[in-house]
Amino acid sequence: MSFIEAKQLVREFFRRDEEGNIEGVQVALDHVDLNVEQGQFISILGHNGSGKSTLAKHINALLSASEGTLYVDGKDTADPMNQLAIRQSAGMVFQNPDNQIIASVVEEDVGFGPENIGVPSDEIWQRVEYALKSVGMWKYRTHSPNKLSGGQKQRVAIAGVMAMEPKCIILDEPTAMLDPNGRKEVIRVAHELNEKKGVTIILITHYMEEVVGSDRVFVMDHGKVVLSGTPREVFSQVDVLQKYRLAVPQATKLAWELQQAGLAIPSGILDREELLEALKACR
Amino acid sequence: MSIKLENVTYQYSPDTAYAITALDHVNLELRDGEFIGIIGHTGSGKSTLVQHLNGLLKATEGVIYYNGQNIYDKDYDLKDLRTQVGMVFQYPEHQLFETTVFEDVKFGPKNQGLDDKEATLRAYEALEKVHFPTDYFDQSPFDLSGGQKRRAAIAGVLAMKPAVLILDEPTAGLDPKGRDEILDMIAEMHKKSGNTVILVSHSMEDVANYVDRIIVMNDARVAFDGAPKEVFRHYKELETMGLAAPEVTYIMQELQAAGFPVSVDATTIQEAKEEILKVFR
Amino acid sequence: MLRDITLGQYYPTDSHVHEMDPRTKLFGTLIYIIALFLFNNVLGWLVVTGFLILAIHTCKVPLSYMVKGLKAIVMLLLIAAAFNLFLTSGTPIFTIGPLSISDVGLRNAGLMTIRMIYLIVGTSIMTLTTTPNQLTDGLERSLHFLNRVHIPVHEIAMMMSIALRFIPILIEETDKIMKAQMARGADFESGGIIKRAKAMVPLLVPLFVSAFRRANDLALAMEARCYHGGEGRTKMKPLQYHGVDRVGYLVIFIFLVLVIASRIVYPMLMGLIGV
Repeated sequence: MSFIEAKQLVREFFRRDEEGNIEGVQVALDHVDLNVEQGQFISILGHNGSGKSTLAKHINALLSASEGTLYVDGKDTADPMNQLAIRQSAGMVFQNPDNQIIASVVEEDVGFGPENIGVPSDEIWQRVEYALKSVGMWKYRTHSPNKLSGGQKQRVAIAGVMAMEPKCIILDEPTAMLDPNGRKEVIRVAHELNEKKGVTIILITHYMEEVVGSDRVFVMDHGKVVLSGTPREVFSQVDVLQKYRLAVPQATKLAWELQQAGLAIPSGILDREELLEALKACR
Repeated sequence: MSIKLENVTYQYSPDTAYAITALDHVNLELRDGEFIGIIGHTGSGKSTLVQHLNGLLKATEGVIYYNGQNIYDKDYDLKDLRTQVGMVFQYPEHQLFETTVFEDVKFGPKNQGLDDKEATLRAYEALEKVHFPTDYFDQSPFDLSGGQKRRAAIAGVLAMKPAVLILDEPTAGLDPKGRDEILDMIAEMHKKSGNTVILVSHSMEDVANYVDRIIVMNDARVAFDGAPKEVFRHYKELETMGLAAPEVTYIMQELQAAGFPVSVDATTIQEAKEEILKVFR
Repeated sequence: MLRDITLGQYYPTDSHVHEMDPRTKLFGTLIYIIALFLFNNVLGWLVVTGFLILAIHTCKVPLSYMVKGLKAIVMLLLIAAAFNLFLTSGTPIFTIGPLSISDVGLRNAGLMTIRMIYLIVGTSIMTLTTTPNQLTDGLERSLHFLNRVHIPVHEIAMMMSIALRFIPILIEETDKIMKAQMARGADFESGGIIKRAKAMVPLLVPLFVSAFRRANDLALAMEARCYHGGEGRTKMKPLQYHGVDRVGYLVIFIFLVLVIASRIVYPMLMGLIGV
């Protein structure tokens, strides 16, 4: 069995009027199938409202499906008894860095998760040290989160999840509110955790340049997985991606435009180095 | 008609141990009708700078002239300045408060002392300018999508008919398509009205396609000021400031370095494409 | 401006007061507050002042930083002092028109101002040297007995610590909202009370909407990190008394004795010198 296995997952939200009668139904997840293996780096792309965050919340057992099944680490997310175990093995980092830091000191915030699952004090300290070091925030351990930059706050939030010793981390648009430097910082840390600590990463984003290093990319639209494959496979379909309200990185876009204009450039250029090589080969 | 800054310095908590200089002797002239991008990383002073332009912050040193008049003169009407120099802040959530979008947009004109009829007219006009869907006029602003909230917020400022429009990170939190839609809309407005528009952003790529002039802020000072292609020639220095020129700039620079006879002045994908195709034809 | 409020903001540095167990500091603060209302003469005032100076000195927080917090309440102090000054009956010593200042009024106003300032500076030492989490841990442990009468002590403590974390964030946000509305011509400064109250609506609505959204996000984030109430929780920093706490309790005890003694000794001294 895969680490995450979703079969025909459906989630509906009901809009109700003032008397509580159902006014309308919004299908946030529409028969989603998804398999993620342990140790993979997965990206889920989609515009705002495509259902990608709803999917993330299901993996963390914060929401439960209307139909279909979802197993995380072999446990059924529909069973309330599994909730804590699932949240521990598949931790989640949210979009707004301010609204997920609970404590007023960095190290105390990282210790919050282990405290909740009843880890003994001595071990909490070891875990906090390990977690903060793995995101490069150890020297800020006694700082107030309010004094940190957006990227640093997100790294603290990631450390807070790492301290629970998860097998998987779901990052739900962790870079949407950050500046370019903060964005790079967070993505770099996510890759490091994946490569060095073997943590499965599920990155949810609407920035295509962030998914370049992924093992597999899923594109969502209207609650459905509409496209999936390696970054190269996905990046080669520039026109399809634009239809799904996604912006292709400039190098990919330029390569695609040149290809359309008749130059012999291969499909699915991921970055500017590849474009440069392709152009050199053309000459 | 212009905004002129002379030696403007601003300090947070001046005369204390925690004093931070957010602007350091800035001299600038923002001419009428320009489409300007102010770029800098977080903490570079760009937001502080624009909050001086409509008098929300008062310089600790230096003078600002709006149309030749010193805005720090005792009898200068700052409230009037704020309707002349309209400013839309980063998060629309910080300004939307009324029960309907339409009422919310009327808030500005009503503060200007206009009667209900005139305010209604202004609101209607402003919402139309930002292409806000008519069906949602009577919706609560809190039920809107991110892009629509942004439009409502911009309309709320446009309704005061400012001569200068400042937008602080107008695309934060939007998805790429939403971002392009808002920027296209702003560019179109600038073209039609000919008013001064100032975009504050930390993304070069976002503004490069639109503006005529880029002002780069770094460490409380103006680092570069000029047309996009002039500014992007300093792409190496920009990098040390934690900013990146658009990827196109890098591609063109690297192509030239690799011996392709291309001009490095292309700043948009379209220009780059034409440059490269020239080589191959 | 709004950002200058230092009340409740932890000031990180290394000092013996920082090292102390929050329960010691809570107890000390309680005794200190009682003492503030217990002293009624110069001798007592000297004892309290001595204790305060000792505390300020040992906690290593710059005095200017503490005093900054006072700025916010200067108006309140002045109004309260004025009420005491003019509205207390007694032998008039000074009269301007219908207003007169009595000897009792002067004494009361002076005492009250001293007490208020000492109260704020003294209690702020507590919050300046204790992280909100330690503070709530301390309260939780000290008030643990209330659990027996079904008061959810842990939940209340958790709410308090979260509130303290969000105060600076919400203050900053208020500042931003004010600016956004001022840019639309809103006026928060002029007009009568009703006009001013009305002018607050465009400020308060976005603030509340944002606070609720934050609360919602935070609840979700806490749940995602396996928070499920106080049951089965361990502590990263379990409360433990150390040597410094023994010294602390001793100092507090001596202080209390001295304050009580001042009330007894002072009249005797006055009697001796025959006043």
